[in-house]
Amino acid sequence: MATQILMPALSPTMEEGKLSKWLKAVGDTIKSGDVIAEIETDKATMEVEAVDEGRLAAILVEAGTEGVKVNTPIAVIAAEGEDVSAAASSPAPAPAPAAPAPQPALAAPAVVTAPASPPPAAPEEDEYPAGTEMANQTVREALRDAMAEEMRADPSVFVMGEEVAEYQGAYKITQGLLQEFGPERVIDTPITEHGFAGMGVGAALTGLRPIVEFMTFNFAMQAIDHIINSAAKTLYMSGGQMGCPIVFRGPNGAAARVGAQHSQDYSAWYSQIPGLKVVQPYTAADFKGLLKAAIRDPNPVVFLENEILYGQTFPVPKGDFIVPIGKAKVARPGHDCTIVSFGIGMTYAMKAAEELTKKHIYCEVVDLRTLRPLDMATVIKSVQKTGRCVTVEEGWPQCSIGSEIASRLVSEAFDYLDAPVLKVTGKDVPMPYAANLEKLALPNVQEVIDAVRAVTYR
Amino acid sequence: MAKSATKSKVEAGPAPFTADEELTAYRMMLLIRRFEEKAGQMYGMGLIGGFCHLYIGQEAVVVGMQMAMVEGDQTITGYRDHGHMLACGMESRGVMAELTGRRGGYSKGKGGSMHMFSVEKQFFGGHGIVGGQVSLGTGLGFANRYRKNGKVSVTYFGDGAANQGQVYESFNMAELWSLPVVYVIENNKYAMGTAVSRASAQTDFSKRGVSFNIPGEQVDGMDVRAVREAGARALEHARSGKGPYILEMQTYRYRGHSMSDPAKYRSKEEVQKMRTEHDPIEQVRQRLLGGGLVSEEDLKKIDAEVRDIVQDAAEFAQTDPEPDVSELWTDIVK
Repeated sequence: MATQILMPALSPTMEEGKLSKWLKAVGDTIKSGDVIAEIETDKATMEVEAVDEGRLAAILVEAGTEGVKVNTPIAVIAAEGEDVSAAASSPAPAPAPAAPAPQPALAAPAVVTAPASPPPAAPEEDEYPAGTEMANQTVREALRDAMAEEMRADPSVFVMGEEVAEYQGAYKITQGLLQEFGPERVIDTPITEHGFAGMGVGAALTGLRPIVEFMTFNFAMQAIDHIINSAAKTLYMSGGQMGCPIVFRGPNGAAARVGAQHSQDYSAWYSQIPGLKVVQPYTAADFKGLLKAAIRDPNPVVFLENEILYGQTFPVPKGDFIVPIGKAKVARPGHDCTIVSFGIGMTYAMKAAEELTKKHIYCEVVDLRTLRPLDMATVIKSVQKTGRCVTVEEGWPQCSIGSEIASRLVSEAFDYLDAPVLKVTGKDVPMPYAANLEKLALPNVQEVIDAVRAVTYR
Repeated sequence: MAKSATKSKVEAGPAPFTADEELTAYRMMLLIRRFEEKAGQMYGMGLIGGFCHLYIGQEAVVVGMQMAMVEGDQTITGYRDHGHMLACGMESRGVMAELTGRRGGYSKGKGGSMHMFSVEKQFFGGHGIVGGQVSLGTGLGFANRYRKNGKVSVTYFGDGAANQGQVYESFNMAELWSLPVVYVIENNKYAMGTAVSRASAQTDFSKRGVSFNIPGEQVDGMDVRAVREAGARALEHARSGKGPYILEMQTYRYRGHSMSDPAKYRSKEEVQKMRTEHDPIEQVRQRLLGGGLVSEEDLKKIDAEVRDIVQDAAEFAQTDPEPDVSELWTDIVK
């Protein structure tokens, strides 16, 4: 019987890739384990090995095709002499249906009232000066460019971490840096987070500017003693004499289907520590501008990235620019409810805000960008206008960033609040592996919509 | 290239010091001893708070190493750190005022006994997390190699810290990248109250680098000449690009782990035997007097000078004001 070969997923977050090359031709005999094609993702080029045996009966996706979705049939293997015309034209198998997610019992009135006010006008402030030339870039490229530009400008900047050099980065963030800057400044470390984080801090105490990459922040728990006890506290403990200009960066939070130990969000943890600056951008422009600011900053900066955002594309200003640490931005203007979020939480916030316009509810979305120091002024200014606030993050609910925002709003802007502050967070459980459970554990757009409707009483 | 991983103890005895060298060692060791005695006394009077770990008995280690180091070499250590600061040339006043939490302390009173630093003297702390300074000190060595400045990081830690995991992560990277680091393991026989033999499967700490090909040697840490000689050898090895080197200093602390230690884990006789037979300062004193290099009067003069320095530091540390309350909110970030 003819067998379809499907476009494989080569990483937990891959959705599509380029079929760059066929290594077998129609008619070739194929054995299990033969390399039949090369596939290129935004991270790497990988070889596709055959699992089934037979004859390559048809190639369904030509070499050089970009954007081939995972699970698309790309070829057909048949037994000798078999007619494959049916298999070659059959559609792709439907993906397994996702379990319907039960909605939380958030009391939102079913009746939608008439719009209280017209939709807001265009954004109130332009981020970049008029005439700034923009180009589309992925978050991944923006991060690499930020490091490369700062390394060109300052010889005391270097990158160290697992697989940052020869392998070109586990998530390809450091792609090309070894070739440009050499092994003295792009340093592959052994898998010893505690040790190399401490080494980076030691080097920073002498005035060098290390960028320490953690393959993910989950592994930085091995190193958290040096991040907090050695990096964050030394300036204070030395009476201002000895600073620690270092950046700890890497993906933070849930990726996809990687289980409880590889999915933790550390935003709230690091944001509690005096002596640290903590940054977690959403757009590629903010990733670039804030990473450059972090590298130039004389303090230790925890720079939290997100694996799912790495491949997303945004307009980025061309040339040298920085985004100041400690400044939130209004990502979408509105007047009915403030949604405060950061990092990947912004994807839920922005989609919910867009959906809610259909109900004539116009949300103002504040992207915190920096978690420490927290720009409460921007949040309060927005809440003074809207009187309502919903926070969105993937991390756990207790002592979350949302908890802090809610507490600060109660203390500092109580008179402006017309409703309780609601938090939309990850659920209070270790991250499950099963696809349906993982989906339930993370926040979703509907939860944000429900929360906004609850606080706007609409 | 294979390296001999460990060297046996030098049996012939260390090369003699000149009279000047003996006097330098005597004066500095005595300063540390008197300073620590005064700190202990002031702790008892309630003038020093929190933890206070005294270096009494171990003076030859840091003084011998300092005599082998050159200007610009860095020092980093754990929490038993007052002796290291004084040996580096940091002022007694500033160290003592930090112990009393006053504004004239090296950290403006905000660091305390375990957290003092001096950029000028290349002293990088003063660290309270056991073993933390080993990774940090390896990073100092990394920075030296990065800058190609010819300096060496002298990284001190105790027999207790030697069992921490990050020590071996650091050893691995230091040897892998040939970093200029001399690891000085101050084996004072007890990690707090636990004897070495009750905590360590391998009690020969000079062998702790064997699986990384780091050479090491055991040194009589009560003899300042032996320390300086081994220190010079280790520093030369590290400075010449051959990578790290381990020195196990066999030493002894006379006082408890900290001021609140009742020291039930060892006998008074054991302590007394070390004091009378191996005291590092007494050894130098005997050589100076026995060789006719100086007179009793000369040494008394030095003793008096040292006492004056310590007395001055103690007075300063009691009269200097506490930090201004505004200091609570400074130096958090730059």
